[in-house]
Amino acid sequence: MLVHSRGARWAVWAVFLVLFVPLFALPLLVVLGASFATHWSGVLPSGPNTANYRAATRGEALQALTTSLLTATTASLLALTVGTWAALAGAALKKRYRRLMDALFVLPVAVPSVVVGLSVLVAFSKPPMLLNGTRWIVILAHTVLVTAFAHQSVSAAITRLDPAYEQAAASLGARPARVLLRVRLPLLLPSLTAAAGLCFALSMGELSATMMLYPPDWTPLPVLIYAATDRGALFTGSAVAVVLMAATLLVLFAVSRVRTRASYR
Amino acid sequence: MGIRFDSVTVAYDGNVVLDSLDLTVEPGEVMALLGPSGSGKTTALRAVAGFVRPVSGRVLLGGRDVTDLPPYQRGIGMVVQSYALFPHMRVDENVAFGLKTRRAGKTETRQRVAEALELTGMAAYARRHPRELSGGQQQRVAIARALAIRPDVLLLDEPLSALDARLRSGMLAELARLHRELPDMSMLYVTHDQVEALTLADRIAVMDAARLQQCGTPRELYRSPKNEFTASFVGGANVLPVTVGCGGVGFAGTELKVDTGNAVAGARATLCVRPHVIGLGQGPNQLTGVVREIQWRGATHRLYVEVDGHSVMADVRELKDPPALGDPVSLHFAAEDAVLLPAGAGHE
Repeated sequence: MLVHSRGARWAVWAVFLVLFVPLFALPLLVVLGASFATHWSGVLPSGPNTANYRAATRGEALQALTTSLLTATTASLLALTVGTWAALAGAALKKRYRRLMDALFVLPVAVPSVVVGLSVLVAFSKPPMLLNGTRWIVILAHTVLVTAFAHQSVSAAITRLDPAYEQAAASLGARPARVLLRVRLPLLLPSLTAAAGLCFALSMGELSATMMLYPPDWTPLPVLIYAATDRGALFTGSAVAVVLMAATLLVLFAVSRVRTRASYR
Repeated sequence: MGIRFDSVTVAYDGNVVLDSLDLTVEPGEVMALLGPSGSGKTTALRAVAGFVRPVSGRVLLGGRDVTDLPPYQRGIGMVVQSYALFPHMRVDENVAFGLKTRRAGKTETRQRVAEALELTGMAAYARRHPRELSGGQQQRVAIARALAIRPDVLLLDEPLSALDARLRSGMLAELARLHRELPDMSMLYVTHDQVEALTLADRIAVMDAARLQQCGTPRELYRSPKNEFTASFVGGANVLPVTVGCGGVGFAGTELKVDTGNAVAGARATLCVRPHVIGLGQGPNQLTGVVREIQWRGATHRLYVEVDGHSVMADVRELKDPPALGDPVSLHFAAEDAVLLPAGAGHE
């Protein structure tokens, strides 16, 4: 929106701040404040110290952070592979079948994640597909949940990709596999990294399906935060939440660096 | 290597976009496919490249049936309007792409890349990325990339359409020079611009409504069009509905003396007269009308004259004292400058 007068521009900023600060910034600031506190009975938290963080970066919490990072990385790589593969295959289909496939891939998002968790739990609790009680059932559920996003963003990028590139490559003698590796995937790289970042962030924060599935030796961070707040340790929970937030943002920042290098236009 | 279209028909969902095209491009020849958008010219080119499958008919390259071959086995060079340079590769990597897929050796690749860039005058830009180049430079790189694999056939799909007018005439001269330097390479050149076709092509195939209208040398098309479409699309001729008489034709109540050939007296026919052969003032084959529109084009004036309800275009040398709108004027043309077509003359 183009706003010309100075007064109107200030007004737009004011509206933005009124909407943005209470909705998005304040809750995060409150968590940040609470993470350093021991009491919060007045307007502001009191008894500032870093004991919460000492607890949040060692032992159980550190273990959970590693678990979350490993789960999110594995799930988003798997989702990216499956989603990209499906999107590439879907692009070659006729429109009617492509729509059907798109709809199938959106299912895990459309269905509440509790239901996804439950169905994964029921499906993989008996031999020969016995994953219940292992870390793989958590990773599997996360993969199922985030594949939809990977598929969606990659297939959107494929539709935007000018077919002239692959045709030029084919006319230069490149077989389909070479066209894919040397031309299409490199051109899709910016959207692939964007999709990877999205999947990673979603997996890092996943709680509802994870709650139904996690084995005792594979507790991701969100479960730990939930457990901490559930037993009343609000300030420790906040510190763990800040650690979760920082770790996620750090990874997203690294991914976006790769992205800038990969975008050509 | 020559190209042959043998009754090639292409349809999308039952919609015929190319209707049994028969056309032969001789080895070393430059053939232009000229027509408006939707005429099927690009489809014909894509059928040669292998990007569309004909529903019937065959495409032959150098006598070999390639109808069922995938694009990557056809060994054809192709240049498109959008250049389609790979943005993630440098200029030299773009040009080397086709050589690497052919597993050419390192020295050979380097040598041929240098050669192709030299040929298109882009040697100084080898290490740049496509986004750092202007449109004209990108098109040169695209041509170099297509030439590096030393194709026997080069397909050009509206290669100059994205360039501005000045660059376009420069590139046209470049393409003509390229063809002189690579005389064995056949070129199929798709364009909607008659100037490009007339300048560059040995022969022109005029297309309209999915069909070939006429194929011949530029001079043939210009001097003796076989139907109204060719006459008006190539050179923008006036097409006037006339009735054949004895030793002439009747138009708007006037008797015009033109060669009627073997047309039967009394038949309806179409008279094609190019605007630049029409003169202003008294003369043989005179028409009188009223000036409806006048355009100054530098060296010439174009007059739109209404003669008995028909608009007649005339290009005359720049007038010192041009007529005003609504003025009555006389036009005339020499008998040998007009071509008479039987009414409803169809395609070839």
